[in-house]
Amino acid sequence: MQASDRFNINSQLEHLQAKYVGTGHADLNRFEWALNIQRDSYASYIGHYPVLAYFAIAENESIGRERYNFMQKMLLPCGLPPERDED
Amino acid sequence: MDDEIARAQEQRRNVEDDALAAVSSVPFDADLYGGVSDPDRFAGYETSIAATAEDDDDDDDDDATEPVNPAARSLASYSGHAIASSSSGLPRAADEEGDGLRAREGEYHRRHPVRGMSPDRHDPFAAAETTPDPSTRTYADAMRDNQPAPATKRRNRWDQSQEDEGDGAAATGAKKAKTASSSSSSHWDAAPDAATPGIGRWDATPGRAGGATPSLKRNRWDETPTPGRMADADGTPAPSVAWDSSFTPTPKKQRSRWDETPAGVGSTAPRATDAVTPAGYAPGPTPFDAADLATPSPGQIARGPMTPEQYQLLRWERDIEGRNMPLTDEELDTMLPQVGYKILDPPASYQPIRTPARKLLATPTPLFTPLYAIPEENRGQQFDVPKELPGGLPQMKPEDYQYFGTLLNEGEEEEQLSPEEHKERKILKLLFKVKNGTPQQRKAALRQLTDKAQEFGAGPLFNKILPLLMQPTLEDQERHLLVKVIDRVIYKLDDLVRPFVHKILVVVEPLLIDEDYYARVEARQIISNLSKAAGLATMIATMRPDIDNTDEYVRNTTARAFSVVASGLGIPALLPFLKAVCQSKKSWQARHTGIKIVQQIAILMGCAVLPHLRSLVDIIEHGLSDENQKVRTITALSLAALAEAAAPYGIESFDTVLRPLWKGTKSHRGKVLAAFLKAVGFIIPLMDVEYASYYTRGVIPILIREFQSPDEEMKKIVLKVVKQCVSTEGVEADYIRNGILPEFFRHFWIRRMALDRRNYKQLVETTVGIANKVGVADIVGRIVEDLKDESEPYRRMVMETIEKVVAHLGASDIDRHQEELLIDGIVYTFQQQTSDDSNVILNGFETVANALGQRVKPYVPQICGIIKWMLNTSSAKARQRAADLMSRIAIVMKLCQEERLMCHLGHILYESLGEEYPDVLGSILGALKAIVNIVGMTKMTPPIKDLLPRLTPILKNRHEKVQENCIDLVGRVADRGAEFVPAREWMRICFELLEMLKAHKKGIRRATVNTFGYIAKAIGPEDVLATLLNNLKVQERQNRVCTTVAIAIVAETCSPFTVLPALMNEYRVPELNVRNGILKSLSFLFEYIGEMGKDYIYAVTPLLEDALMDRDLVHRQTAASAVKHMALGVAGLGCEDALVHLLNLVWPNIFETSPHVINAVMEAIDGMRVALGSAVILNYCLQGLFHPARKVREVYWKTYNSLYIGAQDALVAAYPALDIDGNNIYSRPELAMFV
Repeated sequence: MQASDRFNINSQLEHLQAKYVGTGHADLNRFEWALNIQRDSYASYIGHYPVLAYFAIAENESIGRERYNFMQKMLLPCGLPPERDED
Repeated sequence: MDDEIARAQEQRRNVEDDALAAVSSVPFDADLYGGVSDPDRFAGYETSIAATAEDDDDDDDDDATEPVNPAARSLASYSGHAIASSSSGLPRAADEEGDGLRAREGEYHRRHPVRGMSPDRHDPFAAAETTPDPSTRTYADAMRDNQPAPATKRRNRWDQSQEDEGDGAAATGAKKAKTASSSSSSHWDAAPDAATPGIGRWDATPGRAGGATPSLKRNRWDETPTPGRMADADGTPAPSVAWDSSFTPTPKKQRSRWDETPAGVGSTAPRATDAVTPAGYAPGPTPFDAADLATPSPGQIARGPMTPEQYQLLRWERDIEGRNMPLTDEELDTMLPQVGYKILDPPASYQPIRTPARKLLATPTPLFTPLYAIPEENRGQQFDVPKELPGGLPQMKPEDYQYFGTLLNEGEEEEQLSPEEHKERKILKLLFKVKNGTPQQRKAALRQLTDKAQEFGAGPLFNKILPLLMQPTLEDQERHLLVKVIDRVIYKLDDLVRPFVHKILVVVEPLLIDEDYYARVEARQIISNLSKAAGLATMIATMRPDIDNTDEYVRNTTARAFSVVASGLGIPALLPFLKAVCQSKKSWQARHTGIKIVQQIAILMGCAVLPHLRSLVDIIEHGLSDENQKVRTITALSLAALAEAAAPYGIESFDTVLRPLWKGTKSHRGKVLAAFLKAVGFIIPLMDVEYASYYTRGVIPILIREFQSPDEEMKKIVLKVVKQCVSTEGVEADYIRNGILPEFFRHFWIRRMALDRRNYKQLVETTVGIANKVGVADIVGRIVEDLKDESEPYRRMVMETIEKVVAHLGASDIDRHQEELLIDGIVYTFQQQTSDDSNVILNGFETVANALGQRVKPYVPQICGIIKWMLNTSSAKARQRAADLMSRIAIVMKLCQEERLMCHLGHILYESLGEEYPDVLGSILGALKAIVNIVGMTKMTPPIKDLLPRLTPILKNRHEKVQENCIDLVGRVADRGAEFVPAREWMRICFELLEMLKAHKKGIRRATVNTFGYIAKAIGPEDVLATLLNNLKVQERQNRVCTTVAIAIVAETCSPFTVLPALMNEYRVPELNVRNGILKSLSFLFEYIGEMGKDYIYAVTPLLEDALMDRDLVHRQTAASAVKHMALGVAGLGCEDALVHLLNLVWPNIFETSPHVINAVMEAIDGMRVALGSAVILNYCLQGLFHPARKVREVYWKTYNSLYIGAQDALVAAYPALDIDGNNIYSRPELAMFV
């Protein structure tokens, strides 16, 4: 990046993006990205009541239980993070 | 420029007269000094003479001849300002024409340079366990020095000569060279500045330090660091030598004083260098030294360093000299024709000017013929050209040599520099770049200073920055930048800043009372950050000694600084300290300052004082019964400020002070009473209804008594309090009407009140306040007769009051008789208006007429008669006012069904369109516009078809007011009555309108662009479009941009299909500007037409295709923004196929680096997200998120992120399915569920 780029609108754009959880960057690895995807998905399921109701019917659970399950799964949706090999 | 010249000439004339007066030993020309409106005007000259005498301690032998040495004296005063200022210690005191900061400072502000900077303080918090180094200044020292000096502190000639004798042993040879101790007693205190008694405190107190011992107060800051001296230890604070008592000053150092630039250069000839310092203009032992010549030659300037003030002065004078130089024969020969002219001999009766004063100003002849000396050759002489600086430094202004001179000889002794000096030079270089550099240099330097602040260390940084900030020739911008540097550095240094807190405060505090709002805000910010960095304890310890300083200026600024500290760290933190200060037994000054701090806190923080109101009041309440009158006054004022800040809450906190305040209003007189009244006046509005009423009744008799006070301050406060009292609820109208009004009007509604602006405003405000209580009729009835007063300012004040009252309360209470008087008075005032340029009378007329509505009808013929008559007067102002009045009352006339009269006036205005004064012409056009708006196109006389051709030539007028009114009128006609004018006329107007796109005012450009739309609608788009497309070829960017907007508007008003073919055809013109213009019009076009775009998207796709593949960046950028607008317009309308095609062309541009291009591309992709859905864009993104090349990944993630932020939820359904990776399972089985 050039020196002049540091102050222009695009740096602001990246700064703005960095403020949101779930945005990515060039050093993001597969696991981290997948983690975001999983959490976004669960948040979306919980946020859309009809979707939640649909899943509840499909799994034969109460809606509240389903919501609780999704919420719990958001903790470690893909299991423990892999060992970093470089450090 | 012209009036600057005029002023300079006048000044010169004055000086001549002055000198004449001196020669004939007439004391002072009475009508020169007494008769001028501003008696202080010549203050500078007087002091300069006094200072000349003062300077003579140096050479006593001349003393006898001194007082009237006419030549020298005139020269001294001729070179004017510099001397005056330097001698009184105030740089550029009387310099009116300079644009530096000092030039606009008031007398009070100028006191700050007098306050020297203090040496570093010991930081008790950082080094609590160690004993302070004897060389550093501790709290105790500061306190001790602040004691009021012994009675003998006012140095007189006698004890100075004593000092000189005492030092004589140490400093040999140079009698005029100051010793260290007398250099600390800087030259300022010799200035006739008895008004500031505290100044003396910066002297070495005689006796305490004794002899040649430099006192602790010896102030490095007094000396001006110059190139020559930078190298020695003096610049760095570290060595304690400078403070050491055994330090024997070398002669070189002794010479340094604030206003004297110690010259490293050419010091072999001390007299000569001395002469360039300000004092040197004064007669020395050899008054006819070359430096004393009235006209300084460039050679002289190059000879030795000068003070910045002198540089400015010289620059100015040289400029003027050049302009006023008499023409030589050769010049005249070139100017006049060779034939037909003859050179005549001067007539015998011609007498060259021989007046002594003039003669004195001519080049003085030395008293003896000086021996000719061959001037030393100096090849390196720089005449006027600034030297090219090494290392890409910005240009150096002459003023800067003093501080940044070392940077010039960089490289010469680079290797001999110690690391310390290296660091200093680095700092200096960065500061210089910040001060004078281009924005990029500045930014980089500022960043570097911030990043390396810790590394540089607080000492070296502040030692460089602070003196710079004290520089008298600093400009607004430079000061702002330096303040910014300090701010950032403080932030970085954090508690390392502690030893320098006082130094910083001394520099920054004066800004707290600066006239410039931004300077005040910046100062507050610095102090606030400083207090956060240094901590409350340090701040208190540092500022404590200043609280009972004898100088009021210091106390005032300190109080303000403390209030800022309170706002930064919270009031509660400061409360215990404030309590202690306010109860100080030691000196009334401390109590006064303490209470003042509370006042400033209230002013600064407003309603934020509410939580602490009780404690603040408790802290200061005992001040009401203080033995010192000043303390009582400030206490009352602080209470007033607190009540004002707290309004309308917090009455319970004032319970305790009500009684003493109340008693005080009964027992005090004069200023104290004024303060008490103010406090009561501000507390009353907080009270409950019945209390307020009770107190108002109590205080009113006192107020009425004080109505007749001659004191201005009292008057203002009384007015304010009356306003506060009458606006509280518990006071009845009757009481005011009978109790207050008669006296009020008798004492305040007098002509004199209209002369002072602040009185005027306050009186109007108060009267409006009373009117809100007692109604329109009472107030208007009392003052309406005054509309015919003979004093114009008074009439204006009456008018403004009536306007405000009527605007608030309407005119329904005004009876028939009053109405007659009112209109009559207003008409009289309006006609009699002469000197006044404000719109008060006009506004009043408008407001009253509108409020009366139909009741104006009987007077309309009379008013129109006046307008008619005034339109024909010879005074341009009167004509302008008449036209303005017409446009203001057009609506009322319509209301009175006086359209016929209006049409008649329309005719007269139409006939006046030949007006030559642009301001008047603008007003006439405005009046015509108002009439056209109200009468309508069809009924308008003169008919539109006559009116418009008359306007076409006026469109050429370049005056802003004319342009604006004219284009408004033309636009109005084009909008509503285009059919009355032949198409050819409209085309002609179109051409004129193109010129209008250059206008500076945005309103004009907007009106023009809209007018294009109306005209195109009226006569069809073809011709207008052709004109506009041609205009795309012009060079000027703003013009092209406006044209593209106009094209888009034409397309919008006439449907795009009428315009697009021509537009797309024009794209084939192989010219960059035209093509970009077309693309830009398309962009605007699709922005304006929105979803109508779905019909045209397929038509323009080939064009955009081409543009998006062009080599030229700007093409792609503009096309991308067109794509964006298009996509946003057609979202959801089924044009996805075309959009995907365009997206494929836009997408490769994501790797562009030019900011505007990448911005446009990103926005286009965002637009596509809306139109195509996020899943499509996600699929484009997925290719590159984990690309092996980092640069690619970066760009793709940026795109992904904006997609994610825009449509996070929608992406859930579109994410790719990821495989299981070791222990991690990425699948999302929920989405596969099926019922």
